[in-house]
Amino acid sequence: MDAAVRVTDLVKRYPGRPVNAVDGISFTVERGEVFGLLGPNGAGKTTTIGVLTTRVLPTSGAASVAGVDVAADPVTARSRLSVVPQRPNLDRALTARQNLVFHAAYHGVGRAERNRRADALLEQLGLGGRGGDKVDDYSGGMAQRLLIARALMHAPQVVFLDEPSTGLDPQARLFVWDRIRELRAGGVTVVLTTHDMDEAAALADRVGIMDHGRLLALDTPAALTRSLPGSATLDIDLERAPEDTDEAVLDALAPLAERVEQVADSSGLRARLYLSGDAAALVGPVSEALGARGARLTGVRIGEPSLEDVFLNLTGRELR
Amino acid sequence: MSTDTVAPGLVVQAGAAAAGRPDVGRAFRALLWRDVFVTGRELVPFLLQVVLQPVFLLFVFGKVLVELGFATDQYADVLLPGVIALTAFLTALQNTAFPLVIDFSFTKEIEDRLLAPLPTALVAVEKVVFALLRALIAAAVMFPISWWVLGTLPVEWGDLPVLAAFLVLGSLVGAVMGMTLGTFVKPNRINIVFAVVLTPLLFTGSTQFPWQSLDTLRWFQVVCALNPLTYVSEALRAEMAPEVPHLPPWLCALALTGFLALFGVTSLIGFRRRALD
Repeated sequence: MDAAVRVTDLVKRYPGRPVNAVDGISFTVERGEVFGLLGPNGAGKTTTIGVLTTRVLPTSGAASVAGVDVAADPVTARSRLSVVPQRPNLDRALTARQNLVFHAAYHGVGRAERNRRADALLEQLGLGGRGGDKVDDYSGGMAQRLLIARALMHAPQVVFLDEPSTGLDPQARLFVWDRIRELRAGGVTVVLTTHDMDEAAALADRVGIMDHGRLLALDTPAALTRSLPGSATLDIDLERAPEDTDEAVLDALAPLAERVEQVADSSGLRARLYLSGDAAALVGPVSEALGARGARLTGVRIGEPSLEDVFLNLTGRELR
Repeated sequence: MSTDTVAPGLVVQAGAAAAGRPDVGRAFRALLWRDVFVTGRELVPFLLQVVLQPVFLLFVFGKVLVELGFATDQYADVLLPGVIALTAFLTALQNTAFPLVIDFSFTKEIEDRLLAPLPTALVAVEKVVFALLRALIAAAVMFPISWWVLGTLPVEWGDLPVLAAFLVLGSLVGAVMGMTLGTFVKPNRINIVFAVVLTPLLFTGSTQFPWQSLDTLRWFQVVCALNPLTYVSEALRAEMAPEVPHLPPWLCALALTGFLALFGVTSLIGFRRRALD
């Protein structure tokens, strides 16, 4: 069976621009997978999604969605994919329910079936009873849910979500996340772009990190964080022996970690150890080393690396 | 491969999208039906919007000036075909230009239709066909209004096929010109461009005078010859007021066909440029 999304050596250069917006990326998304595309603004995510959703013409390379080449046969591709845009683009001349029904009509869904689906989806997305409202009267969260409902009206095989929870309140965000999980459970492939690392970690089976048009890393969130050197931390509070000095204690801990720093904002002595391995396993050795100098461990806190650390490590800290 | 791709929680199933090629004709009809549906609910505002200006033109120039003795009865014969031509042409032009500027630049509402399973060019064609429908309705409404304002209506049933043919042709030219404007002009300039384009179109379209009698004002005659509206006005005049000097209808048909080809191409290029990156 074909992959849900297959991108091969994709390049997009906009006329008059000195660099490629997308610079030779390749990746595959399996059916039923939730795939997250991460990257700073201008990294090439939106252009990549634009190509996959037939709105941007590739300069070279190939891209297919649900087994259909998007450049060669955009019409068939459009019948198998759908898009939830970041900014609501609902038809404001229509009611919420009419937005759903007309969308399905564009896609050739029969009258009885599209009415049935519209009612079912409105109900499932918590909009039952609000179907007759003008979409102008919808809040941001309701509009987002309606966009998701609209995207599902023609039963697509691949759904593209652009920044699905930007600007939503926490309740709406969790609601949207749950719906995305339901889609995966139903075998729909989901490709989402985000720069919300929590969102990517919570939803995506695999994550691709893009910058400057290139794919810098591609793996499961867990594997990506494991691969990051020196980002696990162990914070320790300690009481040293009166005759000892802070510096000497920290020096004694140095061989155990990649780097040791004194944390300034503390009344007692607090240190942060940066390491690559499992932070918890280091508690014993640290305690022993301190005991040998007559110092006492009074507090421990373990910091796991997050996807955000991976992201910043790969894409840098400068503002875009 | 299963086509039931929507999750158990988001149950929608059954039938679902066919695996083969989508039905393009059906998608096109659905797009057109959406526009007709929306307009149908706003028929009265729509008509007020498009017929008020021509009605006043007709009333002041064809009735008031004649009553006051500044114009002769004959002038109404010159004016009426021109005003009907103007109504159709400008209605079509404004119905592609304004909505496309708003859709592409601000609301992005057109995106859902651009993602419908039909070629992008057909989304543009649908806009043109819909503009044509609105223009024909506006023109049709002008006939009873003319009769009411002027007291006469120099049209017979036999005139209808030729009038309809030229109104269709003229409206199509207006629609593709509007789409060209709406897709090439920068959104922040649209107000200026419309002021600069619409007013000259209104007064150089030979709607208020027969083109051939401009002999003595040669430069203006040349300018008017460049306005497609001139050929719509002249063709309607040939049918409705044959005694007024007019261009031969075949020449009008030829000129309008040429404009349609030219602006048809530019409108599709412009639309594609805005729809695809």
